[in-house]
Amino acid sequence: MSNATMTRRPSQFTKNKLPKWSIWAVLAGALILGAAVSALLGFSPITMAIFAAVFFVVGGTGVSAAVEGGRKARDRLATYLVYGAFIVAVLPLISVIWTVLERGMPGLTYNFLFRSMNGLTGAIDNQTVIDGTPVLGGAYHAILGTLQITLWATIISVPVGLLAAIYLVEYSTGGPLSRAITFFVDVMTGIPSIVAGLFAAALFGLIFGPGTRTGFVAAAALSVLMIPVVVRATEEMLKIVPNELREASFALGVRKWRTITKVVIPTAISGIASGVTLAIARVIGETAPILVTAGFARGINLDVFSGWMSTLPTYIYYQIITPTSPTSTDPSTQRAWAAALILIILVMLLNLVARLIARMFAPKTSR
Amino acid sequence: MSTKTVSTNALRNAGSSGQSGDKIFSTASLLAGCLILAVLFSVAIFLLGQALPTFAADPADISGGNGFFSYIWPIVIGTVIAATIALILATPVGIGVALFISHYAPRRLAQGFGYLIDLLAAIPSVVYGAWGYAVLAPQLALAYNWLATNLGWIPIFEGPASNTGRTMLTAGIVLAVMVLPIITSLSREIFLQTPKLHEEASLALGATRWEMIKMSVLPFARPGIISAAMLGLGRALGETMAVALVLSGGALTASLIQTGNQTIAAEIALNFPEAFGLRLSELIAAGLVLFVITLAVNVIARWIISRHKEFSGAN
Repeated sequence: MSNATMTRRPSQFTKNKLPKWSIWAVLAGALILGAAVSALLGFSPITMAIFAAVFFVVGGTGVSAAVEGGRKARDRLATYLVYGAFIVAVLPLISVIWTVLERGMPGLTYNFLFRSMNGLTGAIDNQTVIDGTPVLGGAYHAILGTLQITLWATIISVPVGLLAAIYLVEYSTGGPLSRAITFFVDVMTGIPSIVAGLFAAALFGLIFGPGTRTGFVAAAALSVLMIPVVVRATEEMLKIVPNELREASFALGVRKWRTITKVVIPTAISGIASGVTLAIARVIGETAPILVTAGFARGINLDVFSGWMSTLPTYIYYQIITPTSPTSTDPSTQRAWAAALILIILVMLLNLVARLIARMFAPKTSR
Repeated sequence: MSTKTVSTNALRNAGSSGQSGDKIFSTASLLAGCLILAVLFSVAIFLLGQALPTFAADPADISGGNGFFSYIWPIVIGTVIAATIALILATPVGIGVALFISHYAPRRLAQGFGYLIDLLAAIPSVVYGAWGYAVLAPQLALAYNWLATNLGWIPIFEGPASNTGRTMLTAGIVLAVMVLPIITSLSREIFLQTPKLHEEASLALGATRWEMIKMSVLPFARPGIISAAMLGLGRALGETMAVALVLSGGALTASLIQTGNQTIAAEIALNFPEAFGLRLSELIAAGLVLFVITLAVNVIARWIISRHKEFSGAN
């Protein structure tokens, strides 16, 4: 009986409501229309996608406005735009990763990983293109340079950042000094990386004569970028260590510095370690500061205190901007993308390690 | 401090060794804090010191031959144009993505989507530059030709369009991709802090999801969104490699789809390796200008955040 009445008089709640399938119908219509309009202009998948998206949003909103009324239509429009924003944001990510994988994989050979560019001239590149032999020359020196400079930057920044965070959380009483430090640490996270590079170049240029470019200058530049990240991460982690732990330690007569090193830091170590790892991941890809502080080397340099040095980012940059052989740029382009692939893998690995650390040594708080 | 009241010698001896440890540790941490302040100030001082010869030099010796101001002015404008394009494109999309993650995406997937956007921030800038140079620019060159023929009467789309696509607009788009994760992650944090009761109250009054967001989430998050955009602006102003690789620079032009314009950071990166003497000091002076601009933007952004900290909790 209810069945009959329901078909005659629909419920108030489902009145003027579009059925679930309507959105798919609009989508199909938009795709067909988009393909048609794009075919008029000379078909390409990109224009088709753009037109179809526009038709879908307009059509979906229009249908909803006609059936459901203005308020529902605006709600749908907002939903479409928000979903659209996410798709638009993910597209470049997919494109970048796809490009790097596609163009970097062919160049990722043993030769590339364990040879430097020492002695490699444009003539050799030309010859490999003519003969069709595998590309010679590699990024071994750049990988070593990246590791050394990043290691030194970490050695400088971690103690400073850690101690500064300890001062902010454990020692300061909220006075003007600690407020100034907090504020300027925040401001420092926004320093352009090239300015950090110029600072290190100017500082060491003043001390050791102009034009001083070594791996260590680059490490100093990177630590200017790295310290604020370490401070912020450590500060956040120290703040969530429960006060009960500190009080228990003090009550046992333990000194403050022993409490900090034996109780507070071990409790927060997972977060600190993952923060430091993320900071390393941030500076390992920096190009501009290296460009102005470490110069560019073609061979292996294992001494950070003398001589120019290459890192993966500057290697990529120079292989693109000044190809080894100006007439046949393909080998250089291939090397650049292979280096980009290694760099992305390094950064992703560091990010993954940071998450793993954070998860494995999960905060031992009582919360 | 209790050692003073306890008279046992053994305790006092044991205490004094710990006390010196305490003193060393607290001094070290205080010094580390001060070192950070010192570094920031010495950045300004060293840049100023190395830049001084430029301000003192004969205007005819500066690149361009008309003094420092006419050298720096076009690239300051170029920097502002690039950052403005980036911000205009990235802010709405960034807010949209943040809303998607905080209010629209299925709860289970939201965190995964957040990681996905964070990946955007993890990709090094030189890779974005290479991508913009090799992939995006050739694609956009076609669109620029269309713009130049159909909308050429608008000064910013004036032809002839660049054939390589390596123009200001491309650089701005690449910068937009790079600042997007900053704007997204900051806005997301703030959207998530909207009081649940406000949202539920507005839904209970019969508001649609969009009305709820418009009336309770966005007003609450407005200062946070502004400061997120400002921080994104700071990043876009100082970004170097993407612009250095993507933009084929030149003199200041109004058209965004022609070759031309330059930004401070890219100018420094492109010329520094070969620079010496006065040119070096000129580039450092340009760096100082960039430093001052980004510092101002960041300070304003942080000030907005700290002013609203007590109820937004965003930082």
